[in-house]
Amino acid sequence: MNERRGMLIGLLSTAALGVVFAGGAQAQETVKIGLLATLEGPFAAGGQDGMRGAELAVKERGGMVAGKKIEIIKASSDAKPDVAVNATRKLVEQDKVQIMVGPLSGSEGIAVKDYSKSQPGITFINGSSGAQATTLVNPSPNFFRFNTEGAQWMVGLGDYVLNDKKYKKMALIAEDYAFPYSQVQGFMAGYCKAGGKVTHKAWVPLGGKDYSSVIAKLPTDVDALLVVLGGADAVNFLTQYEQNGGDKPMVGGSITVDQTVLNFKGKRRESLLGTPAAGPMADSIDTPAWKKFVADYKANFKDGFPSPSLFAFVYYINMKAALDGLEAVKGDLSGGQEKYREALKNLKLQTPVGEITLDENRQAIGPTFITEVAKGADGTFYNKVVKTNASVNQRLNLPKEEFDKMGLGSRDVPSCP
Amino acid sequence: MSFARRWFWAWLFGLPVLALTIWGIADNQRLFLVTALNGLTLAALYFLVASGFTLVFGLLRNVNLAHGSLYLLGAYVGWVAGEYLGSWFLAVAAGFLFAALMGLLLQIGVFRFMHGQDLRQTMATIALSIIAADVALWVWGGEIYQFDPPRWIIGATALPIVGKFPTYRLVLLAMAIVIGLALWWFLARTRVGMMIRAGVDDRAMLSASGIDVQMVFAITFAIGAGLAGFAGVVGGTALSIAPGEDTRYLLASLVVVIVGGMGSVAGAALGAVLVGVAEQFGLAYAPTYGIVFSFVIMALVLAFRPQGILGRRA
Repeated sequence: MNERRGMLIGLLSTAALGVVFAGGAQAQETVKIGLLATLEGPFAAGGQDGMRGAELAVKERGGMVAGKKIEIIKASSDAKPDVAVNATRKLVEQDKVQIMVGPLSGSEGIAVKDYSKSQPGITFINGSSGAQATTLVNPSPNFFRFNTEGAQWMVGLGDYVLNDKKYKKMALIAEDYAFPYSQVQGFMAGYCKAGGKVTHKAWVPLGGKDYSSVIAKLPTDVDALLVVLGGADAVNFLTQYEQNGGDKPMVGGSITVDQTVLNFKGKRRESLLGTPAAGPMADSIDTPAWKKFVADYKANFKDGFPSPSLFAFVYYINMKAALDGLEAVKGDLSGGQEKYREALKNLKLQTPVGEITLDENRQAIGPTFITEVAKGADGTFYNKVVKTNASVNQRLNLPKEEFDKMGLGSRDVPSCP
Repeated sequence: MSFARRWFWAWLFGLPVLALTIWGIADNQRLFLVTALNGLTLAALYFLVASGFTLVFGLLRNVNLAHGSLYLLGAYVGWVAGEYLGSWFLAVAAGFLFAALMGLLLQIGVFRFMHGQDLRQTMATIALSIIAADVALWVWGGEIYQFDPPRWIIGATALPIVGKFPTYRLVLLAMAIVIGLALWWFLARTRVGMMIRAGVDDRAMLSASGIDVQMVFAITFAIGAGLAGFAGVVGGTALSIAPGEDTRYLLASLVVVIVGGMGSVAGAALGAVLVGVAEQFGLAYAPTYGIVFSFVIMALVLAFRPQGILGRRA
């Protein structure tokens, strides 16, 4: 037994030494990029797919930019801000990455943005986090977000469900953190303005799992439910709503009926058909660029989803921006990465959905899509595009005064009971 | 604790609860009953996971922090079995058997060598749980899995006042009660159960009276682990399985057994009811702060009765 234990210790120390040497042997010609996504917790499926998206962007360039090798160092969090910051610190301070890509979810993004201020020598690029406040309140000079955020994604959906679907009165159920606040604001800003009513708001804890009592409390005199839950939470809610005999139609947030949810392993998905939602992408965009992206994703990841999820897409464009920026400065990260950041700011990023540019807060302005869940010929579920917004800015295309008057999305803002 | 003091505490906590209950029923009878029923059915699930945990702790004095991993692995294996064999009942059996086998291997291959060394056991179980979580992520990926139980089990049943209530949750409640009674019968009425109880009281004495203690340990561990795997399939059907469920249920079991009393099956039942009901009422009446309630209960128990409500002083 002692011998076995000795062997184990030996193995462990060898492994530890290996890590130390790998860290020490840093060649001049590599650029280290940290990649953070959630591989645990409610967004584990999304995090896994986000990693795929980022890897795809690196693969497209053959792992090289301007003659320099790209080395990706991965880390995981569980959608909690403190865990995300710790993982980022580890990447920046121990692994000495020069560029950070991540994190995945809303509150994590705000926390990492705050941390980025203490590391002015590193450039931080968002993963897929979509909280409004990240770039709108106290933006950090070295934090860039090449994806549109949660509120932008929902622009136009309110009008659509009110005018086309005739849902005049709705109740909402959403997770209680920054990203759903943004999503709800993006939806309600348009919905309330057009005369819709939201009579009941249920904010539930992230990763709550058991929604039966929340469901029991939902009012019965509404036309539809706005469900802004993601990943496992969404699947749990949908199952339980059905088990409780619920029969209201649903309107989804950007990650409620995403590929990670549409393709869960089970057979009870039919009730999702026809659910309207909105987001920065859709599974069925009819352009060559999008089709190429989907084909590349499928070719590279046999174990992936039938079509890239929102997380894969958003991580892809942020990683692509990081690499395109590097290309523009020929891999030159000297001088506190000053030139690199200038290049990022002026980047006209060509993405599978169209061109994305940054505003003065380094926040993306880009297209968003309104979709409905449909069933393909092969039985897989996908989001069909029903409307396209060519360009949405962070003020939801509202005049500055009107947006400022409304303020940031929160539990109580906006309100139209 | 004197008689008067005991009543003082009962009044201090009982009165506000009673007042809130009356208000709740008067305010919205249906919501109150649905929430209570939801709480009880969630408690049933917590009990299934925690009973195995507390059983193992009671006898082996081993805080098995890999208990959540047994839950998750049992659920995944059950899902695979259900998919290939086409029967949900076989999935439940597969979840139980696989986790029981894992438990047996853990006891024989790992814990036997570190008996009575708390710190080492804790470190080993944490390590195992991390490894198990990564292996599960590698094999099954980050997708969300849901079981496909027979049609009649997943519909809604009409109950008086409450109206439509998920049939499955009632089945879950019945299952927990049956398992609880079976456990009680096993521990109180069978020879092996007697050995386990004797081992809980005095391990050295049991060993001295010619019983193969290692065998009793192995059986207990297998049953405890099997219950976790069983709960994995049964709970995965009520909700869903995804990475991260392991720590969630480990935490739930810890809270339940801390409240109920380490090592007591009845305590696990009581703890599960308190925590489950508190969580559901929290969600229904104060959604934002719902999660706090179970921890408030835990803090109160730790402050006033550190050994747990039905626990014995170590």
